[in-house]
Amino acid sequence: MANTNSNSKLRQFFAGDLWYSFVHSPVALISFMITALCLLLAFSAQVIAPFDIFDLAAIDLMDADLPPPWTSDEGDSRFILGTDDQGRDIWSGILYGAQISIFVGFSSVIISAIIGIALGLLAGYKGGRIDSFIMRVADIQLSFPAILIALLIDGVMRGLLPRELHDELAIYVLIFAISISGWVQYARTIRGSVMVEKHKEYVQAGQVIGLPQHIIALRHILPNVLSPIFVIGTIHLASAIITEATLSFLGVGMSPTTPSLGTLIRIGNEYLLSGEWWITLFPGAALVILVLSVNIFGDWLRDALNPKLQ
Amino acid sequence: MTLLATKNISIGFPSRHGMFVAVKDVSFSVEPGEILGIVGESGAGKSTVGNAIISLLQPPGKVISGEVWFNSKRIDNLSVEQKRRLRGKKIGMIFQDPQTSLDPLKTIKQQLVETIDLHLRLGRKGSEKRAIELLEQVGIPDPQLRMHHYPHQFSGGMRQRVVIALALCGEPELIIADEPTTALDVSVQKQILDLMRKLCIEKNVGMILVTHDMGVIAEVTDRVAVMYNSKLMEIGDTKQILGNPQHPYTQSLISAIPRPDKRIERFPLVTYIEDVIEPQDEFDLSSHWLGQSRDFSMQVEEDGTILQVKDLCMRFQISNSIFKSKRRYLDAVKMVNFSIKEGETFGIVGESGSGKSTIARMVTGLYQPYSGAVHFLGKEISAINHTPQVLAYRRQMQMVFQDPFSSLNARMRVMDIVAEPILFHKLAASKEEAQHIVLDLLKLVGMADDAYAKYPHQFSGGQRQRISIARALATRPRFLICDEPTSALDVSVQAQILNLLKDLQQELNLTMMFISHDLPVIRQMCDRVAVMQHGQILELAETEQLFSEPQHNYSKHLLSLMPKLDMITERPITVTAQAVQG
Repeated sequence: MANTNSNSKLRQFFAGDLWYSFVHSPVALISFMITALCLLLAFSAQVIAPFDIFDLAAIDLMDADLPPPWTSDEGDSRFILGTDDQGRDIWSGILYGAQISIFVGFSSVIISAIIGIALGLLAGYKGGRIDSFIMRVADIQLSFPAILIALLIDGVMRGLLPRELHDELAIYVLIFAISISGWVQYARTIRGSVMVEKHKEYVQAGQVIGLPQHIIALRHILPNVLSPIFVIGTIHLASAIITEATLSFLGVGMSPTTPSLGTLIRIGNEYLLSGEWWITLFPGAALVILVLSVNIFGDWLRDALNPKLQ
Repeated sequence: MTLLATKNISIGFPSRHGMFVAVKDVSFSVEPGEILGIVGESGAGKSTVGNAIISLLQPPGKVISGEVWFNSKRIDNLSVEQKRRLRGKKIGMIFQDPQTSLDPLKTIKQQLVETIDLHLRLGRKGSEKRAIELLEQVGIPDPQLRMHHYPHQFSGGMRQRVVIALALCGEPELIIADEPTTALDVSVQKQILDLMRKLCIEKNVGMILVTHDMGVIAEVTDRVAVMYNSKLMEIGDTKQILGNPQHPYTQSLISAIPRPDKRIERFPLVTYIEDVIEPQDEFDLSSHWLGQSRDFSMQVEEDGTILQVKDLCMRFQISNSIFKSKRRYLDAVKMVNFSIKEGETFGIVGESGSGKSTIARMVTGLYQPYSGAVHFLGKEISAINHTPQVLAYRRQMQMVFQDPFSSLNARMRVMDIVAEPILFHKLAASKEEAQHIVLDLLKLVGMADDAYAKYPHQFSGGQRQRISIARALATRPRFLICDEPTSALDVSVQAQILNLLKDLQQELNLTMMFISHDLPVIRQMCDRVAVMQHGQILELAETEQLFSEPQHNYSKHLLSLMPKLDMITERPITVTAQAVQG
C-alpha cells in the first residue's frame, strides 16, 4: 500500500503545474542542470580529480606557480588549470573545495530550517509572551549582519579551542555559525503562515475532536505551512555558500590545508598582483557559476509556487 | 427594436489541458427598459457571458464563436479601441463588491466628474452639475456635500449607489450588473433592487442582471435565462419560468429553494447535480457501529434536557492597555439562556455579528466563557479540568463547520481525516477495524466507494461537506452543532446536505443545534428557534409559531425581509437525469 501511495504521489507531481512549468521554462531547466552538474562534479571529486590535494606527499614544491598549459609554455599538461604556490593542482582544488563549500551550505540550510521551523511554529501557535520573546530575539539578531554573527562565533570558538583542534573542527564551527545567523527568515515565514492556518476551521475541528495541542500543531498545521520553506531554502543555500566563502576569504573559515572555494580565492588573492591570475580566477569563476545557478533556480521556484504570478 | 442580442456565443479558456469551454451556444436578447436575469449556480458560466459582452474576459479567455449585436451593429469583432469607447458610454457595468469597485484614493466627485467629462464632454462645470444630478437620482442625500467624501466614508449600500451612479455617467443604453447585491445585507439589497428597477423604467435602459439568487430574480426581472454547466437551459418570462418551469434543471433548481412559507419533509432529490448515493434505506442503529457502546453512564436529565446554557456571557478584548480602566471590550454574547431537549433541532438565527457562532464555540469548548455555565448531559462541562473526563464529554458533542474548503486538512487523505477521531478516542480495536468504520461512514453520508483514497481538493463543496459530516459522526456523538453548514454551498447542493442532516438525525436520534442567518433554511430544519441580535436572544419560540406570529419587532422585521417566492408553484416535481444530459 505504501508503494502505490508514493507512486501516486509521484504521478501527481509529474502531472502537476510545478513540473509543467519546470519543463517549459528554459531558465529553470538550464539553471537546474548547471546546479546538478556542479553537485555531481563536487561530490565525485575523490574519483575524478587528478590529484588528491589532502595528500601532502603527492605535492611537489617544484610544481608551484605553474600557469595553465594552454596559456603559456611554462605550463605542465598534468595541471590543466595550473597550480598554486604549494604546487597543488587548481582543478583538483576546485573540485574538493566545492565539495566542502556545498557541504557547509547544505548543512547550514538544514540546521537553520530546523531551528527556524521549530521556533516559528512555537511562536505562531502559542502566541502571547512566547511569541513576543522569540520574535524580539529574531529582531535583535536581524540588526546584526549575518557575517558579523558568524565572525563573532568563530572568534569565540577560536579562543575556546586549542589551535590544532580548531583547525580540525573548523568546518563544524562554520556550519554552526552560518546556521545560527540564518534561522530568522524561516521562523518569520513559518510564524506568519501558522498564524493564518491556526484560525482555519480544520484546526478548530481538531480541537472539537479533542486532539492535544502538539498533535494539532505537528500533524495538521505543520504540513500546511512547509511549502515556502523550499523557496527560502534554495535561495538561502546560495547565500550560505557565499557566507562560507566570505568567511574563508577573511581567513576565519577553512584552513589552507583543507581549502574551500573561499580559501582558494584567498590564497590566490595574494599572488594576483604579481601576475599569477589563475590561482584566484578559476575558483572565483566556479563560485560564481555555482551560486548564480542556484539563485536563478530559487527565483524560478519562488515564482512558480506563487499563485499570484501565474 | 432589440437592444442587445447574442447569437450562439461560445467562450473558451485555452489551457495546457486543451480548451475549457465556459459558455456554449448561448443566445438571448434584451429590449430597452427591460431587465433580463441570468441565473445559475457557481461555475455555470453566467458571469463569463456578462464579461464577454463588454470584452472584459479574463485572459486567456476569448469568444470562440457566435456574434454579439448591439443596436443592430455587430460589436464582438470591433477593434480594442472601438470596444473601449463602447464601454461606459453605451454599456455600463456594476460589479459585485462596492468595496473594491471604487478607487479608495479619490473622492467620488473626482471619479464621477472624470467619467462624465470623458464620455459627454460637458466641461468641468457641466460635469459637476451632472454628477450632482446623478447622485440625487440614485438616492444619495445631500449630494453637494457628500460628493467630496471618499468611498470609505460611505456605507456598503450607499457605495453601491455610487457605483450605479458611475455606471450611469455615460448615459448608457445597457447596464450589466454582476451580482450587484450579493455583498449587501438583506435590508439594503431590497432598496438597491428597487432603485435599479426604477432607473430602468425611467431612462428606458436595458439591464442584464447576473445572479445566483432566485429571490433577486423574482423581485426585479422581467425575463430570466437559466444557465447550467455552461449551457442555456431555459429562457422566458420570469413569472412563467418560476411558476411553470419547463426544463427539468429549472424544475429541480426551483424545487431545491427552501420555502419560507411552509415546512416540507424532504427536498426532492436532484441526482444529476452531484454524484450522490442515497443513504441505504434500512438502517438499524442498535446493530450499527454508531449505535454500539454508547456511553450510558452519561444520562440526559429527567426532563430530557441534553444541553443547558445558563447566563452565558462572552467578551473579547478589543484594545489592550496596562491600565484596567482603559481596556475596551466587546460583549459578543450577553446573558444567554436556553436548553435543548434530546432529539430536537434547536435553531439560532441572526445577522452577522449577532453572536450566534460565538455561542457554538463556547458550547464546544473552543472559547472559554467569560461568565455563565454550559451544562451537558447533566454536568457543567465548562468547569471540568480533568482531561480524560473532558475528552469523554467532548466526544459526545461534534461540530460541522461553515466553510467546506478550509474545514478539511488539505494534506491528509479522506481516510486519515475521518479515521483520526476514531483512532484518537480508541473507538476501534485496530487500524483495520477503523478503516472499515470509515468506509461505512462515508457510505452513510452518500460518498462514492473510492472516495477514501482521495484528497479533499478532489471533491466539490457539497461532497466536502459530506466528508466533514462523516468526520463529525466518527466520534459517535449524540449532539451535533451545525454552524451555517450550507451557506457556502449552491442552493441545489444545500438541499441535498439538509436532506442528509435530516436523515441522519432521524436514524441516529441525534440532537442538533443549527445556526443560520437564513430563515427559510431554519424553517425547514428546526423545531424551536432563538432569534439573536447584538449578543442577546430576543425571542425563543416554536418554529411554526415564530413564522406565523412573531412577537418581537426584530423578528417581524427579519421575516418581512425574506424573499417573496409567491410565483413558485407548489406542485411536486419529479426529475430525471437523462433529460438534461441528452
